[in-house]
Amino acid sequence: MLKKRIIAVLPIFNGIVVQSIGFKKYLPVGKAEIAIEFLNSWGIDEIVVVDISARKNNLTIQPVFVKMIAQKCFVPLAVGGGINNLNDVDGLIRSGADKVIVNNSVLFNTQLITEIAKNYGDQCVVASVDVIREKYTCHVFDYLNHKIYYKNLDEVVKIATEAGAGELLINAVHRDGSYLGYDIELYNKICNIVTVPVLACGGAKNADSMADLLNNTKVSAACAGNFFHFFEHSVNISKSILSKNSDQIRVDMAVNYKESDVDMYGRLNKKSDITLDNLLYLKIEKEII
Amino acid sequence: MNKLSICIVDYGVGNTHSVANSISYLGYKVKISNQFNIISNSDVLILPGVGAFEVAINNLRSAGLAELLNELVLKKQKPILGICVGMQMMAGYSEENGHHNGLNWIPGAVVKLLEKDGFPVPHVGWNTINSIIFDPLFSKANINSHFYFDHSYYFSPANQDHVSAFVNYGQKITAAIQFENICGVQFHPEKSQTNGLKLFRSFINGVIQYA
Repeated sequence: MLKKRIIAVLPIFNGIVVQSIGFKKYLPVGKAEIAIEFLNSWGIDEIVVVDISARKNNLTIQPVFVKMIAQKCFVPLAVGGGINNLNDVDGLIRSGADKVIVNNSVLFNTQLITEIAKNYGDQCVVASVDVIREKYTCHVFDYLNHKIYYKNLDEVVKIATEAGAGELLINAVHRDGSYLGYDIELYNKICNIVTVPVLACGGAKNADSMADLLNNTKVSAACAGNFFHFFEHSVNISKSILSKNSDQIRVDMAVNYKESDVDMYGRLNKKSDITLDNLLYLKIEKEII
Repeated sequence: MNKLSICIVDYGVGNTHSVANSISYLGYKVKISNQFNIISNSDVLILPGVGAFEVAINNLRSAGLAELLNELVLKKQKPILGICVGMQMMAGYSEENGHHNGLNWIPGAVVKLLEKDGFPVPHVGWNTINSIIFDPLFSKANINSHFYFDHSYYFSPANQDHVSAFVNYGQKITAAIQFENICGVQFHPEKSQTNGLKLFRSFINGVIQYA
């Protein structure tokens, strides 16, 4: 059966991974290639890298940068940031990206989505839409001009999918970096409009918020940026917690935490002394590929 | 073993770099090339692929690589692994955006996935495969391994004996094919983490005796 994906989103600001809060504040995290190497070895399902400073500075995410970060990335890698034409796409795909993410083009240049889909297949193009909620209505957020876009959300996602986008990445700006959990209502609304896979991003606090999202909506993936960076084996632990009540999560890394207990914050509890004693003389072979 | 030369055929649309990363991670020497002499002198060939069938096959033909591969694979029996569109091109023809002839190494057609409720197309994500033939591709794989799929069309071979693994996605889809020295996978082993690395390792180990 097709699994729900757990995706790590790495926003890049001037070359380094940052933690983003409300699309306004950015805190430095570190080097992208190191984050990717760890996330990959912890069993992430997919990695999204978006250069959020590119478009503003009239730049495009660079193929050399992608080539470097792709070296130890053995999961699908989607990249975005200031992509303007097929030439940019070609360079990125050749450097090891599997998909490209377009954001500005969804609003201002849908022709590019069609061209990418025609040349590389629609599975190759992810349309990213930033959404901001004002009380009961969700609006499309124009990130570049920092204001609400004039067309409504339904219309924008329909245009994007009709143009050829294979997947939709929906960022809830009002939940970005807030740890308030995903905007369930928003994702249910989007999933009812489109048939392509929807990737939900914004507001993840821990594995419980992901469980909430995956159990209550039809989205294909739960994305998180911030919380994966803050503790060791964050991906293995989160996926083990999720898989306890669901068979929709892929857990096939050598290290998993299916037998471990966690506290209310999603942190691992210490195992009992007897269990630890028994582990003492247990020989665990290294997995050789 | 270190002298084994592996060549990734570069015909302009494949994600050659990702495949090369995986194989060199395993410690093999790998070249990405469209040069006839380099391809001919390699022991093992890999035909990657991303994107539309028509663009892929046209690129392969216009670079003269289709003829070269026919010669190497059919006459000289060089082991080859096709990935995604690289595997689909081994079919007789494809129905993707019209009717396009393939290399016709394994008879059959590339057809569109049925769109059903709960099974959106494209089929994107990690899915569990069921292997039928284990050697060489799945000799190291665990039971119910997950692999990463990303496609809208799939290869339906005329002879079902050529299917070495399948996957369920509202219908039975060919996940891997095999016929003599020709292997192909619909999923992306270069993007399937440990399982993908294991597949490359077992493919290369398995075909080494012929190389």
